[in-house]
Amino acid sequence: MAVRRAPSKAQVRREQMLAAATYPLDWFEERSGLIGGVRYFLFRKVPSDTNWMQTLGSATLTAFIVQALTGVILAMYYKPSPHDAYSSIQNITDHVFMGWLVRGMHKWGASVFIILMFLHMGRVFLFGAYKYPRELNWIVGVLLLVLGLTAGFTGYLLPWDQTAYWASVVGINLNGTAPFLGPWLAQFLRAGQEINGNTLSLFYSLHMLIIPGGIISLITLHLYLVIRLGVTSPPWSHEAAGADRVEEPAPVRSGLTRPVAHGSPGGRD
Amino acid sequence: MHEEHGPAPTLWPLGFAVGIAVALVGLIVDPMVIGSIGGAIAIVFGFLWARDATSDLRRHAPRIQAEVREMTPAEAAAVPPAAEGEAAMPAPRPGETFPRSRFLEGATLGLGGIIGGIVTVPVVGFAVLPGFLDQKGHEVDLGPLTAFPVGKWFIATFMVDPKEGEVSRRTAFVRNNGSVGNLPSFTIISNRCAHLGCPVQANGPTGAILGEKNVVEHTSNGEILMRPVVPAGFGCPCHGGQYDTEGNRTAGPPVRALDRYAFDVKNGRLVLLSTYSVSHVVGTGGQAKIYKYKEAGPGEHVDGPEQWFYPLQPPHH
Repeated sequence: MAVRRAPSKAQVRREQMLAAATYPLDWFEERSGLIGGVRYFLFRKVPSDTNWMQTLGSATLTAFIVQALTGVILAMYYKPSPHDAYSSIQNITDHVFMGWLVRGMHKWGASVFIILMFLHMGRVFLFGAYKYPRELNWIVGVLLLVLGLTAGFTGYLLPWDQTAYWASVVGINLNGTAPFLGPWLAQFLRAGQEINGNTLSLFYSLHMLIIPGGIISLITLHLYLVIRLGVTSPPWSHEAAGADRVEEPAPVRSGLTRPVAHGSPGGRD
Repeated sequence: MHEEHGPAPTLWPLGFAVGIAVALVGLIVDPMVIGSIGGAIAIVFGFLWARDATSDLRRHAPRIQAEVREMTPAEAAAVPPAAEGEAAMPAPRPGETFPRSRFLEGATLGLGGIIGGIVTVPVVGFAVLPGFLDQKGHEVDLGPLTAFPVGKWFIATFMVDPKEGEVSRRTAFVRNNGSVGNLPSFTIISNRCAHLGCPVQANGPTGAILGEKNVVEHTSNGEILMRPVVPAGFGCPCHGGQYDTEGNRTAGPPVRALDRYAFDVKNGRLVLLSTYSVSHVVGTGGQAKIYKYKEAGPGEHVDGPEQWFYPLQPPHH
């Protein structure tokens, strides 16, 4: 063990400042262990030859978060009734401060989200990242794609203009032509035999409560599996898959916390 | 070194609290003087409190020697691995069962399932069933028969349920075929495309182009607009489905002919009833033979082998 020299005054001061700054984090970590969890999530080891293409999943997640946030804001001003829906959209676009921007982000962001999902899916397919042991994550991803498309479909009706109405008529009837259960599915989506006032509120509920809830749950599962199974190397990688990696010795504490060199690491024990 | 858990007792927070209390009272009594005094007390004691609370952080931390237990290699080898030795929970003796644990497990799962079911069934039913139950038919009064000269087509738009508003607006193409035998005959074609439900348009000049005026009837269904038209057929703007004037498909993706409205004549007025589906029509006007089926959704075959894809229709009016 190397002999430690007494630290200089400036060094001590700096460590004290650092300790004071990280004290709240320390406090939080000691009671929750969550900072360690976040570190585990963010500072995972990934293959050294990962590719920019492997950021498409995070990009999709970001697009979803944008949709969720702008959607929550739009819900503050949107009124899902046949009489008010169109005028409330006009109000958002023309009168609410920055409403045009938030609505535009949500409208165009929806396409971005769908496009990114497909690009991410294509990357996973071309990298062979759906193979053992990641098949389950592919399945979860496909469910996410279905839910994402359903979110797009149900959101399209909400402006309640001619385009929205007839696109939904066609979309619902398209579902209706599915064999056996199709007519039943269509009637559920219509909330009746014909499109009526309840159709709009049903789509609104599906669009802003049920589907996002499902997407958030499945994203959680998706990310859990990514963390558990690790990131794949690109197909052109020269590193053997599944090799044991050389681990650095684990720090005594989670590391975002009080510097280990100063004071006692487990000083409160 | 033994460190205390939590801060040592101190009076500074008390002084801080007094300062805050004085400041609050001061806000009511005299914000300038008493409020400032209270604020000053709070700031001073707050500073002392913070200084006291962070004294640990500012003190040069003690260096602690790691705890070491000396062992000879032989002793180290004698230490059993953690996986060996007596288990914290001893293995069950032969024949020993845990009936109470089993019972509690079963009770938790069973009761949980029952409670979950009791809660879920009505909620899911409420979410799904209303669209299938109580689908009421509507009668639409289109006005007196005299408003429909024999052989003339009209595009009639009306609300099937004025209480529901614009969302219940429908359009039908209506032609009076004159009397067949003693009974009045009408061709009343729904404008819902048999492909995917878009609004089918009449292929031909309407209203002003013909030099004719639109007719507005006021009936129990509110305002009914009837535009005269001379259609060569009907066409759908969405995907190009085309129909002849009897509603037979002539081109494009539709899988059958256009739906028709059943009708009745009540007190000399034309009343629309529910719609029915049509595979095809042979002949025209009053002599037409209509191959009639129960109302089916757009895109669904009603005849031919494909009809077996739709064996059970949801409840219709």
